[in-house]
Amino acid sequence: MFLFDNLLCMLLGISFTVWFTLLLVFIIVPAVFGVSFGILSVYICTCLLFLTVLLSPSGIIAKELASLEQEMQEMRRSGSGSALGGAEFEMSDIFHFCRRGVESIVDDEVTKRFTAEELESWNLLTRSNYNFNHISTRLTVLWGLGVLIRYGILLPLRVTLAFTGVGLLVFLTSLIGLLPNGGMKSFLSEKAHLMCYRICVRALTAIITYHDSENKPKNGGICVANHTSPIDVIILSSDGCYAMVGQVHGGLMGVIQRAMVKACPHIWFERSEVKDRHLVAKRLSDHVADKTKLPILIFPEGTCINNTSVMMFKKGSFEIGCTVYPVAIKYDPRFGDAFWNSSKFGMVNYLLHMMSSWAIVCSVWYLPPMSREEGEDAVQFANRVKAAIARKGGLADLLWDGGLKRDKVKEVFKEEQQKLYSKVLVGGAEDRSRS
Amino acid sequence: MGSTSSTLSKIPNADELIQETGFTSAHLARLFERFEALDKDKKGYLSPQDFEAIKELALNPICDRIIGAFFSSGQEMLDFSSFVRILAHFRPIDNNRTKEPNSPDPINSRINKLKFAFQLYDQDKDGKISRNELLQVLRAMLEKQVTEEQLESIADRTIQEADLDRDDAISFEEFRKSLEKVNIDHKMSIRFLR
Repeated sequence: MFLFDNLLCMLLGISFTVWFTLLLVFIIVPAVFGVSFGILSVYICTCLLFLTVLLSPSGIIAKELASLEQEMQEMRRSGSGSALGGAEFEMSDIFHFCRRGVESIVDDEVTKRFTAEELESWNLLTRSNYNFNHISTRLTVLWGLGVLIRYGILLPLRVTLAFTGVGLLVFLTSLIGLLPNGGMKSFLSEKAHLMCYRICVRALTAIITYHDSENKPKNGGICVANHTSPIDVIILSSDGCYAMVGQVHGGLMGVIQRAMVKACPHIWFERSEVKDRHLVAKRLSDHVADKTKLPILIFPEGTCINNTSVMMFKKGSFEIGCTVYPVAIKYDPRFGDAFWNSSKFGMVNYLLHMMSSWAIVCSVWYLPPMSREEGEDAVQFANRVKAAIARKGGLADLLWDGGLKRDKVKEVFKEEQQKLYSKVLVGGAEDRSRS
Repeated sequence: MGSTSSTLSKIPNADELIQETGFTSAHLARLFERFEALDKDKKGYLSPQDFEAIKELALNPICDRIIGAFFSSGQEMLDFSSFVRILAHFRPIDNNRTKEPNSPDPINSRINKLKFAFQLYDQDKDGKISRNELLQVLRAMLEKQVTEEQLESIADRTIQEADLDRDDAISFEEFRKSLEKVNIDHKMSIRFLR
């Protein structure tokens, strides 16, 4: 009995050591030095081979894309045109609004944006399977195999890495915090942060392609990016050092935050301070003014969007008046849906989903820096940046507010519609009176 | 596909609805999914609040009237059959459908589309669009963008042009006449995919 126990312990010990050495050699050490083997690329290719299954339908209706003005003009030409030929109110004008209204009842854009992107083909992850029920035995077997691999092999591996990464981060930053402020401290802090984030990236099997690195954000600026998930932070930070902005949390998150801030100045706000916009703005501008401090990383959408579009940017970060470095992040949905629907899933649930996906493949584009121009107000500037990000990442540029995930439409949008319609009518009347 | 038939089995009188409305079974299944998606509390019917929760609809100037058209008999519960019957108004007109002599007009005929639009104007359902009702619609569509006088002059001019029997209101016949040349099919139809 005793001998057997002993044997068991030895076996466990050996396997654990072997496991950890492998991890160290193949993942952690390369992460430290920022090098990688080709293993991941091979993995991705194999994945791609498997990911060609049936098609799934998208929208229900084909929406009429003509604007209000175009439709009105068409109606005038074909309708009971008056001799004067100008734009006048016609009984049929109501058709336009009526049809638009019913179209949105059948299928509306906003509700779509907040549910995870419907996939063209199914990637063997049940969570993205909406319309398929039982299709074939072969597929179910494949899916079962996928589950085994993902939960049995990939998940434990990734969890170990995650713990290592986070633990190392806390440990190292606390150590570095003991050093006096100066060049050495910043250098070491940079190295430590990069290393730990790279380990975390490996923990998610995230394969990131960085484009246009010559536009990487510099000190004294603000880096602005579209937000799909909390992983965005890790992705960006593994390629450069940023000062983070956020609320002070309790628990594990709080420990990490406190450790990080010892090594380099991040901006953490107390819950109470978050409401005070002036205080927030002041702290941000102070940070930005100090050229030795790292660029601030901000996600102006305010909430996680499902990565098919970019929603309205909140203007706060654009009022500060320094250089803005826009960054576009686009995830490849075939490998794993990175979108975090915070009203549906909690953080732990989400992380579990992430770590049991095949991989997370994304592209990061660094756009050239932008500053606010003469006569441009913060909202216009924010929209300009948003358009640039949407264009680069191939995302739809929407006028909608990310807050719509929870709140109601603002009155001002209804007024917009009314303004447009009145311009068509009243503008026409003015033309007539002149002629 | 497997999914359509399983959804169809959930709809109580699917065949009847398909006959009546002219939707295909695939369309009906998709509309049912949409109905369930809008019914967030899973009540089994829709209430006006469910419609008001659709953001794009909320910014439509005549959103109340459109919602009113769905709940026209004053009840607050809209079941799936009624939902589909009203949406059927917006199906494009089938030109090649043979007209049987005594069968009623299909829901998406030109006349029925016009009747639907008419009820958006005629809120008190007296069969006529009074000057006041016209003003209300204009106000909804234009609100603060034009002055009250401009609104009144537009309303006066419209009634003048369309009101043939000089009773200071627009009946359904007069409404239909004034829209004789308008391509109703195009303006009041939604293209359903698949």
